[in-house]
Amino acid sequence: MKRIEINPMTRLEGHGKISIFLNDEGNVDNAFFQTVELRGYERFLRGMPIEEVPRTVSTICGVCRGVHYTASVKAADAVYNVAPTPTARKIRELFLNAHYVEDHCAILYALGFPDFVVGPTASPAVRNLIGLIEIVGEQTGRAVLKKRRSAVRIMEILGGRPLHAVAAVPGGWSKRISEEERQEILELSRDLVELGQMTLQVFEDVVLKNKQFMELVLGDMYKVVCNYVGTVDEQDKLQYYDGIHKIVDPAGKEIGRFQGKEYLDYIAERVLPWSYQKMPYLKKAGWQDIADGDNTSLYCVGPLARYNIGSGFDTPLAQEAYEKMKETLPPGPVHNIMVYHWARAVELLNAAEKVRQLAEDESITAPDIRTPLGEAVGEGVGIIEAVRGLLIHHYKTDSRGIVEDCNLIVATTHNKGPINVAIRRAADHFIKDGKVDEGILNMVEMAYRPYDLCLACATHALPGRSPLQINIYDAQGKIYETMQNF
Amino acid sequence: MAMSDWKPNIIVFACNWCTYQGADLAGSLRYKYPSSINIIRVPCSGALEAEYIVEALNKGADGVLVGGCHPGDCHYKEGNYKALRRFNLLHKLLEDMGVEPERVRLEWISGSEGKRFAEVMNDFDAVIRKLGPNPRGRNGNA
Amino acid sequence: MPEKVKLAYLLAGGCAGCDMAVVDLSETLLDVLPQLEIVFWAPTVADVKYKDLEAMPDGSIDVGLVAGMVRLSEQEHMVKVMRRKCKTLIALGICASMGGIPGMANMHSKKEIFDTAYFDTFSTDNPEGVVPRTNCLVDGKYELTLPDFYEKVRSVASVVDVDYLTGGCPPHHSFIGAALTAVLEGKLPPRGSWLTGGKAVCDVCKRNPALQGKERELIQDIKRVTDGEPEQDKCLLQEGYICLGPVTQGDCNAQCPNVNMPCRGCGGPIPGVKDFGLRAVSAIAASMTDEKLVDKIDCPAKLFYRYSLPSSILGGKLK
Repeated sequence: MKRIEINPMTRLEGHGKISIFLNDEGNVDNAFFQTVELRGYERFLRGMPIEEVPRTVSTICGVCRGVHYTASVKAADAVYNVAPTPTARKIRELFLNAHYVEDHCAILYALGFPDFVVGPTASPAVRNLIGLIEIVGEQTGRAVLKKRRSAVRIMEILGGRPLHAVAAVPGGWSKRISEEERQEILELSRDLVELGQMTLQVFEDVVLKNKQFMELVLGDMYKVVCNYVGTVDEQDKLQYYDGIHKIVDPAGKEIGRFQGKEYLDYIAERVLPWSYQKMPYLKKAGWQDIADGDNTSLYCVGPLARYNIGSGFDTPLAQEAYEKMKETLPPGPVHNIMVYHWARAVELLNAAEKVRQLAEDESITAPDIRTPLGEAVGEGVGIIEAVRGLLIHHYKTDSRGIVEDCNLIVATTHNKGPINVAIRRAADHFIKDGKVDEGILNMVEMAYRPYDLCLACATHALPGRSPLQINIYDAQGKIYETMQNF
Repeated sequence: MAMSDWKPNIIVFACNWCTYQGADLAGSLRYKYPSSINIIRVPCSGALEAEYIVEALNKGADGVLVGGCHPGDCHYKEGNYKALRRFNLLHKLLEDMGVEPERVRLEWISGSEGKRFAEVMNDFDAVIRKLGPNPRGRNGNA
Repeated sequence: MPEKVKLAYLLAGGCAGCDMAVVDLSETLLDVLPQLEIVFWAPTVADVKYKDLEAMPDGSIDVGLVAGMVRLSEQEHMVKVMRRKCKTLIALGICASMGGIPGMANMHSKKEIFDTAYFDTFSTDNPEGVVPRTNCLVDGKYELTLPDFYEKVRSVASVVDVDYLTGGCPPHHSFIGAALTAVLEGKLPPRGSWLTGGKAVCDVCKRNPALQGKERELIQDIKRVTDGEPEQDKCLLQEGYICLGPVTQGDCNAQCPNVNMPCRGCGGPIPGVKDFGLRAVSAIAASMTDEKLVDKIDCPAKLFYRYSLPSSILGGKLK
């Protein structure tokens, strides 16, 4: 195939890039989703003291402001072979759950709902947060923003800053919570629970009651059959901060569990010459190329994976919502990726309830916030369920805790394979006989949006749209059509 | 310019009360030191910001030497102690950033040490000649 | 009804934290929206594409905000377009102003970064030893391209002349709100300056001995934040925890020292400082009792230049 660059001004860097190749009939031959930036954190963290790492890696992404922070401080605990004090652990969990609420909220209202509320074929000019607010009314829009802000405020009280917090230290937390602060958090947590209930109601009214949308949710064009990885406790209930990481196959059978460094027994990342992002797969099945199906070695993470691997939630309102999902959806693992949004809305409520529970616990104001540290043991892994899915931080240090080596696997990287499959499938479904139009752009966008890409580097956007360019090549390798949303 | 024609360009920040007087004495007593040495008089070694030293390197100086009073002799009581602490930390920082540590030096030279002034300058010139030109070039555009 | 102020927003390279700080304005954002006409917000809020921005007349946008740093040619290009189109251009946050945390990559070569990412990391599987290529033929028929990297990260402010600089990683949402208000009221300082209260972090820090009517003491020992808990109201620097508050702008209201964590300099340099890291070295070293304490400081470049390495006089590690 010869490639002819028609438009030398087609610059595309720091964005997602999709290349679709057509065959002689004008149907899809193949599609590739490329990530086009690399910032080198794994390298430049070397030489830094491990306690400086959390406030540094937080800047991998400003959207998932709390997750690299939490995973890396857990890794720092492990580097010193200590556990956080019970109080510090509660504070960290409170921090992470408040983050879940604000992040899921931003993602759903800016990214998930507009497709449904404003309509999947509406112009992108209105298919965004502003357009959504115009439809649901400014009052509702204000209420959502105000309640989300309460979650951000909780993060600020705990972390010292609303974004890129600073209070985490190996073995604990740098700041005690006063009784006044606990009361304030408790007060704010009401907003969070209301936001969760409101959000589920919106989902029900707009999506579940709409037959046409339910066809999108349950249809085959937005479906990827793969393995799932997520985190549960002993009762098989979802956990975000800590737990057992469980793998289930496409049929729902458990095929492995791991903790800490054991992730290396299950997961490897394949280097691809055509993307700056690696593609993880399950070692057990070996590298099976980029294909889904019953024998795939690809796996995905995030809200849908968490729905598929566990048996629900440990808070009452979220459990009720989960049971309703179970009734509505087919039994066993669900491979329809639009369900991601629904699972996300339930998780928002679950995280809000957890915030309330933790704030009700008076012992969170106890003075024991730091475990004393000895010499570093020199290696530590911190794994959490980030908002977008499993997140792994792995560090090697010297005996003084100075970083010598590090490995990070972020949620969007785990999902790289499934995202490729989803895009290929959607393109295949919507591009027929060489007919390509703007509507395709959105249909293909809708294929990756559930995964809520956080290619922090590629996310040059308010959470809402990843800038994306689609190049379509004909059978001779000529650019047939270029579309972009930026 | 061919290597054989290359002559180092060395900046010496000399404290007004000691090292500058030492340079003066070296001249009066006819002690020779290389023409690569360019002296800049400063009120006190402690008045020297780290920025001045790095700016000199950045603008293409092949070596930078800071000259101050011996411990206990500072005209301003503690300026030279401050200079020493700054210098040590700056040295560590520059090494971290890939600057050869030999290019930057701190020496205590009093007003009565004309001979020592000349010796230190000759030695520093030799060290810099061995190191070769500043990789950042004469105009700081490495 | 006065004319609406035309506003454009661009995130160059970076983490979108500055964008989220704007979102965190929440209702305040809805309050100011009526006074603004958002002509470009890459790429979400207004449906305006890069090419539309490029087609707007030069100087037709009142205010432009640019966040993030510059590593790729497209970022450089868009930053230059923003400069041409905007009457007033503001570098939002420390990445745009000085290079930010991603600027620490300037301590390493492109090759080092690639070797780590594609060969040395624990979970990397690379049997054929491939590295991503700018041009690549997959399965012998699909030709795919990737952008090339620049060797160094730069700040927006070093790529174009910005009218105002702001610190913060990210700036606090209330600071962004105040800056937007100043823009709307036309109450901006002379061009070329930082938008700042002009105070150092120490000036607004409750731990400052001067504000408690006490004498400042010299540093007796150097500690890491893992070395015990600092006392509640004592200056962290005096206790031996290296804190860059003395040379950092305090528009953050000293939020980090307030939760017992030392300042790392994200607010940008206090007025009159040419090179943040070097001035920090001077200030910290001068407050020590003993020059040997210097040896207890790890990795000084990544401490003193944590947010500003690309703006250092040296620009990065010399190869």
